[in-house]
Amino acid sequence: MPVKKFVVGNFDDEAVLFPAVKKVRRAGYKIHDVFTPFPIHGLDKELGLRDTSLHVAGFIYGITGTATAVGFITWALTLDWALNFGGKPYFSLPAWIPITFELTVLFASVGMVLTFCWLCQLAPFVKKDHFNPRSTDDTFVMALECTAKTNEQDAINFLNSVGAKDVSVQYRETGWWLGRYDKDNMKFEKRELAH
Amino acid sequence: MSLLRYESQVRPPLVEGNKDYHQVTEDICRPVEAKPSKLWWIGFLISVAFLCFGIFSVCMEVTYGVGQWNLNKTTGWGWDITNFVWWVGIGHAGTLISAILLLFRQGWRTGVNRAAEAMTIFAVMCAGQFPIWHMGRVWDAFFVLPYANTRGPLWVNFNSPLLWDVFAISTYFTVSLLFWYSGLLPDLATLRDRAKLKWRKMFYGIASFGWTGSTKHWQRHEALSLVLAGLSTPLVLSVHTIVSFDFATSVVPGWHTTIFPPYFVAGAIFSGFAMVQTLLVVTRRVLGLEEYITIEHIDVMNKVIVLTGSIVGIAYLTELFIAWYSHVPYEWFAFKENRVNLNSPYGWSYYLMMGCNVLSPQIFWFRKMRRNLLLTFFMSILVNIGMWFERFVIIVTSVYRDYLPSSWSTYYRPTIWEVGFYLGTFGLFFTCYFLFSKFFPVIAVAEIKHILKRSGENYKSKMDVVEKETFDDFAHEHAHDHGA
Repeated sequence: MPVKKFVVGNFDDEAVLFPAVKKVRRAGYKIHDVFTPFPIHGLDKELGLRDTSLHVAGFIYGITGTATAVGFITWALTLDWALNFGGKPYFSLPAWIPITFELTVLFASVGMVLTFCWLCQLAPFVKKDHFNPRSTDDTFVMALECTAKTNEQDAINFLNSVGAKDVSVQYRETGWWLGRYDKDNMKFEKRELAH
Repeated sequence: MSLLRYESQVRPPLVEGNKDYHQVTEDICRPVEAKPSKLWWIGFLISVAFLCFGIFSVCMEVTYGVGQWNLNKTTGWGWDITNFVWWVGIGHAGTLISAILLLFRQGWRTGVNRAAEAMTIFAVMCAGQFPIWHMGRVWDAFFVLPYANTRGPLWVNFNSPLLWDVFAISTYFTVSLLFWYSGLLPDLATLRDRAKLKWRKMFYGIASFGWTGSTKHWQRHEALSLVLAGLSTPLVLSVHTIVSFDFATSVVPGWHTTIFPPYFVAGAIFSGFAMVQTLLVVTRRVLGLEEYITIEHIDVMNKVIVLTGSIVGIAYLTELFIAWYSHVPYEWFAFKENRVNLNSPYGWSYYLMMGCNVLSPQIFWFRKMRRNLLLTFFMSILVNIGMWFERFVIIVTSVYRDYLPSSWSTYYRPTIWEVGFYLGTFGLFFTCYFLFSKFFPVIAVAEIKHILKRSGENYKSKMDVVEKETFDDFAHEHAHDHGA
């Protein structure tokens, strides 16, 4: 992922952030992302993000779990080695409901969490560039990506006019790399360019 | 926009004091960033000592067999399985608070959910020990898994409640862990970004998985939490249901009862909340978090305790009535002679159970009592003693007198190694809890911030003007609001 140039505005109130997002988008600026310390309902819609399909993935993992449990137990207890347990039928579905249910939940949960980590690129030792360390504390950070057409000064003024507390221009890597937060080990040559 | 987050003034605030977002972060992260106190070290070392004694007791059992626990052919399940069911029960409150109360939109859960979930995970870890070491030949423990073996392959019996247990407990542990940790990620990122020391930056950097707080990530995080809550809700009910099947599907008088699943689930929530109270009454005081875990939270949890305690009480009486009404002589003997008869060897345990679980929580009908911290702490311990005896009554009084009087095993008595194993799990539980409360935020920081402007004292008090507005004014003003 490349290093890009951003105009970054910091907000201290979500009530100011909302109209600001609306105005910034209407003015035609490209919002790279908004970083918030807690989930803000409706902000995703305001930014024009589509709904996540994580639920659908969860459903698919869930029925995979159901099918695995029913399929495997049926195979093991009726075809592979049919054992007579107290004269009960080999195919005794009611007795398999608990395990089928547990595997459904297990597959859905594990699958969804892994998918979530994959989509958001979250894993131990993953490092990402941050625009403002207080975005996990009390600051709402809006990053506008500077394209060829963007006039930097205009963007700064515009962010100031919609209520940003302080605005800065930053060069940031948009992807992730393997690293630790106590060491500055970014391997990209472009890092030099940034400073 | 902010007014549509309005919450009635009748509801007391969930966060007390004059707080803003930064203050919330400061308050909750302070205990994590401070040096551990002397009290912490003392508590931690005592827990580790208990843990070591537990490990030694388990070594004795593995070396010499389950005979070390005074188990015999008649009383095959004694303290060990009692402790298993007790710990699993305790492990139900966390997921109940975080999942079921999330679906019911109970705002107060945010103050207590993180610690309760952690407690759940530690309690399930403790519970899992008992059936494993009870196997005797513990090196063959993997036989419970359906793996392709060289004996056929001979598969495990999928119709057996004991195997259902294996799947239920392991699934429950995994899902609770994932739910807890995915919720922790944003808070660990907060700690990472505040960190001054090198090891903290490294530790929380690794632990927070590179969380940034991007809007898209939050959107997915919310979806994930909601679906995990939806999955955990039936899961938490299924786990204790399946544990109760260990007994209910057998033909032992005293166990063969259809009432067991709901009765066990209610009991689990009851004892789980009691354990949450035990821990939080102390934690809030020691870590200075009284403004986040308020008297209001304690009050609400005491209401849950009186409710579930009464459900359990009705279950006890129903069970007793049905034993009589059924006209099954063996069932009635188990109840009349082994439990209700005070002069029988374990008769006292039945009354201890009734007293602790059914009678004593009734004191929480009084608001003043629910808000009394000392009483809450005392009651939470009493309830857990009562719930331990409930499992003891169910297990031991049902089996110690077999059908054949020559097989009666009157006075089954635990040995020091069986007691030591139990104490060891206390050591494990509290060692984990001490470490958790030192290195992780015990309150969900992001979730508190999320409810702050709706339920925080300083924000809430400013909103009382809304209550004086007429509906038309309010509707007119907010008709085009998107409710963000």
